[in-house]
Amino acid sequence: MKQELKSTKFGKYGGQFVPEVLMPALEELTEQYEKYKDDPVFNEELDYYLRDFAGRPSPLYHAKRLSKEYGVKIYLKREDLVHGGAHKLNNTLGQALLTRYMGKKRIIAETGAGQHGTACAMAGAAFGIKTEVYMGAKDTVRQRMNVYRMELMGAKVIPVKSGSQTLKDAINEAMRDWVANVETTHYMIGSVVGPHPYPVMVRDFQSVIGKEVRAQIMDKEGRFPDSIVACTGGGSNAMGIFHPFIGDDVQLFAVEAGGTGMKTTDKEALHSATLCAGEEGVLHGARTKVLQNKYGQILESSSIAAGLDYAGVGPELAYLADIGRIKPCNSMDTEALAAFHDLCRLEGIIPALESSHAVAFVKKAAASGELGDVVVINISGRGDKDLETVLGVRHENK
Amino acid sequence: MKISEKFNELKNKKEGALIAYICAGDPTPEATKEYVTALVRGGADIIELGLPFSDPVADGPTIQAGIERALNAGMTPDTYFKTVGSLKVHIPLVVMTYYNLIFKRGLPKFVKDCAASGISGIIVPDLPAEESVELAGFCKKYDIDLIFLVAPTTTESRMERILVRRTGFIYLVARLGVTGARADIAGSTRELIERVKTTTPKAVGFGISNGKQAADIIRAGADGVIVGSAFVDIIANGKDAAGKLEALAKELKDGIRAAHG
Repeated sequence: MKQELKSTKFGKYGGQFVPEVLMPALEELTEQYEKYKDDPVFNEELDYYLRDFAGRPSPLYHAKRLSKEYGVKIYLKREDLVHGGAHKLNNTLGQALLTRYMGKKRIIAETGAGQHGTACAMAGAAFGIKTEVYMGAKDTVRQRMNVYRMELMGAKVIPVKSGSQTLKDAINEAMRDWVANVETTHYMIGSVVGPHPYPVMVRDFQSVIGKEVRAQIMDKEGRFPDSIVACTGGGSNAMGIFHPFIGDDVQLFAVEAGGTGMKTTDKEALHSATLCAGEEGVLHGARTKVLQNKYGQILESSSIAAGLDYAGVGPELAYLADIGRIKPCNSMDTEALAAFHDLCRLEGIIPALESSHAVAFVKKAAASGELGDVVVINISGRGDKDLETVLGVRHENK
Repeated sequence: MKISEKFNELKNKKEGALIAYICAGDPTPEATKEYVTALVRGGADIIELGLPFSDPVADGPTIQAGIERALNAGMTPDTYFKTVGSLKVHIPLVVMTYYNLIFKRGLPKFVKDCAASGISGIIVPDLPAEESVELAGFCKKYDIDLIFLVAPTTTESRMERILVRRTGFIYLVARLGVTGARADIAGSTRELIERVKTTTPKAVGFGISNGKQAADIIRAGADGVIVGSAFVDIIANGKDAAGKLEALAKELKDGIRAAHG
């Protein structure tokens, strides 16, 4: 099951569909990543930052009251407790360290809700590397607190006014910047998407989540869980917790955003469920599943959770879904909101709306017995950032 | 007309080629017909007609805006091939688009539609040589050129890989960055032209907007000059676009001719 770095593909998915200008940079990045990924000095330094800066390992918490309510034994992997409030820092610390080892002077990144951008700003500040973050102009308004957080930590936030002014436009713009400044700049992609080696590299940096779960669950249960459930937009928290379990007898559920319904028009999708409803295509440098119209134009996706709101998905997830190793499913906005409140009320944990999609799926699926007896849910982030959204919905419903 | 025929014809006349880009359907399919005619009258030797894609990562703000206008006007691959098929021009036409539109239509069908509508070449900015094997196969079958880009960052080993696959002409990216008119042409252009060791024609694009720059590029050793954003800018302004397109094409072509004088 191990994906060799030499190959750029996962089955037919993945690859490097980028302008020629970027190809040498991808070759260099692949080479450098290969050089350092098993290097003891690099890993020792990364472990140090993950432990003393990010606060790892994150706990695996037995959520007793939620378990009782949903009727299945639930453990929560508490990525919400990682510094910054989400799993995103696992990846940005790895890539920022690599940036330093590669001798590059500048980091650029894209961000949707601002979580990855914030994690970039943290890592950039910790390593003293100049950081610039592209963010859709609409998102800078919706997530202005995150914009401020990034700025506080010394990052420059560049609003993107083209297209739909959201995540995919921010990615387009970051890629354009990289095309122009590739010799001095590292592009820090925030998920397991994009051209090779990003899907492999980001997965590896996020795999710390699953590796910890393996040890923690053995300690608590003396066995592996029956199921692992993670929300999936681009898919970095999902691949991070799934990957160490790929060869084991554990069911893996990738929960996508069902939005307000599984419908699409010629220009937009009411959801962001790419694995469930997307078709094969090429987006942002990789062959993968894509939400697109009959001509191949990319649709504007939607979800109450900005971090899931993306028309593509990591190529390895597309591959794992095709071969039946992971099970794609989805939760709607309303279901995610209900689960959000369950976790707040029963456990005193305010989860990100993204992670709430995973919780909502467990709520739906537990009764059928398909999840087995012991379930691990990846709580990929905390929900403080979502309170305005949740409040907004409450007002609408009044 | 085949691209190689065109370059041979120009070689005999000791002239460089003017390759003009506009986005099909910007702002309407009807206007595209008028603009293509204007560019040909002005002296364009080859026309690149963009097939608009929703996420054009290799294009700068000017061409992005043109693509957006075309998409808003309802340009689709179906309309594109219909429009191109109805053009009455006797110079090579090249389609420039992103890979997902080709992938979604199906590679054989896309290439067949190109052949049927009179297109002689395909440029796909997000399809590097490594991923091009399948498309190249169909292009060969239908006698269509697949045109590759090389950049100042292209390494020697990659250069070999690209040159092995070359057909039509080689598209040299004059400087790092996305498309867009710039005041000065990077000094790396001449060096890049010298690094691309092939008898296949070399055309230089990205950042060229006037006759003097065009002349400089030809003097640096290029066989052709590719101009896009400067034309798309004219279309964006709207007023008497056809007349201005013709005038700019003429200025550029005069510059190219002067380079050999």
